[in-house]
Amino acid sequence: MRRWRALWFWVFVGPFALGLALFTYVPLLWSVALSFFDAHNTVTPTHFTGLDNYTAMLRDHAFLDSLRTFLVFTAFIVPVTYGCSLSLALMVNRVRRARAFFRSVFFLPAACSYVVAALVWKMSVFSGVRFGLANTVLGWFGAGPVAWLASPDPPWYWLVIVTVRLWLQAGFYMILFLAGLQRIDPALYEAAAVDGARPGWTVLRHITLPQLRATSAAVVLLLVVNAFQAFDEFYNLLSDARGYPPYARPPLVYLYYTALGQGQNLGLGSAGAVILALVVAVVTVGQARWLRLGRTDGDG
Amino acid sequence: MDDALVRAGRALRLVLLIVLALLFLIPFYLLLRNGLAAERDITSPAWTFFPRQVRWGNVRELFADPSVPFARSLLNSALIAVATTLGTLLLASLAGYGLARIPYRHANKVFHAVLGTLLVPAAVTFVPSFVLVSSLGWISTLRGLIVPTLFPAFACFVFRQYFLGFPHELEDAAEVDGLGYWRTYWLVVVPNARPVFAAVGTIVFLGAWNAFLWPLVIGQDQNAWTVQVALSTFTTAQVVRLHELFVAAAVSVLPLLLVFLCFQRWIVAGVERSGID
Repeated sequence: MRRWRALWFWVFVGPFALGLALFTYVPLLWSVALSFFDAHNTVTPTHFTGLDNYTAMLRDHAFLDSLRTFLVFTAFIVPVTYGCSLSLALMVNRVRRARAFFRSVFFLPAACSYVVAALVWKMSVFSGVRFGLANTVLGWFGAGPVAWLASPDPPWYWLVIVTVRLWLQAGFYMILFLAGLQRIDPALYEAAAVDGARPGWTVLRHITLPQLRATSAAVVLLLVVNAFQAFDEFYNLLSDARGYPPYARPPLVYLYYTALGQGQNLGLGSAGAVILALVVAVVTVGQARWLRLGRTDGDG
Repeated sequence: MDDALVRAGRALRLVLLIVLALLFLIPFYLLLRNGLAAERDITSPAWTFFPRQVRWGNVRELFADPSVPFARSLLNSALIAVATTLGTLLLASLAGYGLARIPYRHANKVFHAVLGTLLVPAAVTFVPSFVLVSSLGWISTLRGLIVPTLFPAFACFVFRQYFLGFPHELEDAAEVDGLGYWRTYWLVVVPNARPVFAAVGTIVFLGAWNAFLWPLVIGQDQNAWTVQVALSTFTTAQVVRLHELFVAAAVSVLPLLLVFLCFQRWIVAGVERSGID
């Protein structure tokens, strides 16, 4: 049997590895190749243009704006989701009765798609007209209706975009934090109580948060990676039959319209995808370094 | 004194949790309320908690509307979600087991190649993947919607982590009985690893049912629309029949809520076990 191990390894791993290579590595390489060509409406172009697509993308204000939009969005959504899901986990973990009920309610939105959530947010909660739920509530306090999605100044659309994602995802990250909290040794809390630490802020700061460091690092990493993937809610909240407004356009929405919109400029789209992939890789690796650095600091 | 404070804090926390729980449930309530209301109730300037009249007929109207290929899109979503789930479970569990349990010189290199794809967010590769799928002639086909999504690195990773921690005793007994890797896997390992299959399966199913960008890019023909693409097309179109839109959304969420409520325990276990820390 030992002689055949290599063969059996490939019988088990081969199909998956082959598929992954074919549908992840091959497209990536193809995309890198395409980004050096003038490729309108074709995936087998003949006109080599060198770095033209890259310089065009890096000079394109709309594309650079989309990168800035992503940064603003990340700066909002990562700390807010982190704070909300950690608070939820701390509260649910300490509640005595109906813990399973609260956990389910906060986790339930994970079963919803961004499309459905965006529909409810756009057409019912934050619709710009008087009968929208948010405007009805504002009306009770005598405030006039707000055009939540249509006015770039003040940028109320951020409130809509951030709350959709919070509703859909806070429960998921809460589960991760709950798992982390379960793993903390109760003896640590007992020792703190013996030392006279009062439950509350002190214990949270000196025991709970340091013990959650590994979970926190993973959550922040996932939050940033997911923020990069933002497409569904932006597309469904802001675009309509006339197209997409120039504000709040993250990179993926921009690439979608560049590569698959009317122009079908796959060369330009590929160059944008390569630039975005590089940005993602740099941020992810840098962040992983930074988080691990934080870990050794805390241990030392 | 201290006791009273603790009790007050506990009560405050409970009240806060109840308020938050209600807030979290409002969107579900709105889906149901608007889906079963008449359009003029949805757009009525005087907001009412309950629609003046509950119209179950909206569901029938939705499926009878010839301008909306809703039944077809539901069928597409169901086919895609089931095929994706079964295919992923088969391929990723085999790969995860091989990586965890079959000693091979280059196993680590293969594992790192799999892990490396986690670093590139799947959404960044949609342009290149579209290029590949269109050159295969798979645009607007079920093949194009299913096959490229069968290889999520995270599923392989979860299976590998799970099998690494799997007790060796069962496989040792199988080896004594003269079973090879293949029969050991199917007769001994799989029946004892049901929790991880259920966990990964539900996560993949939810993801496949709710996926949007890939079906939007590949399902260009109306006949290849998934439920999410159909809903999105109506939302972003100019002329909308609101009550039909909401009842469609409610119908699209229903199967998932059922899966979710049945398998919630497994999803939680799967998420906790996904080895992200």
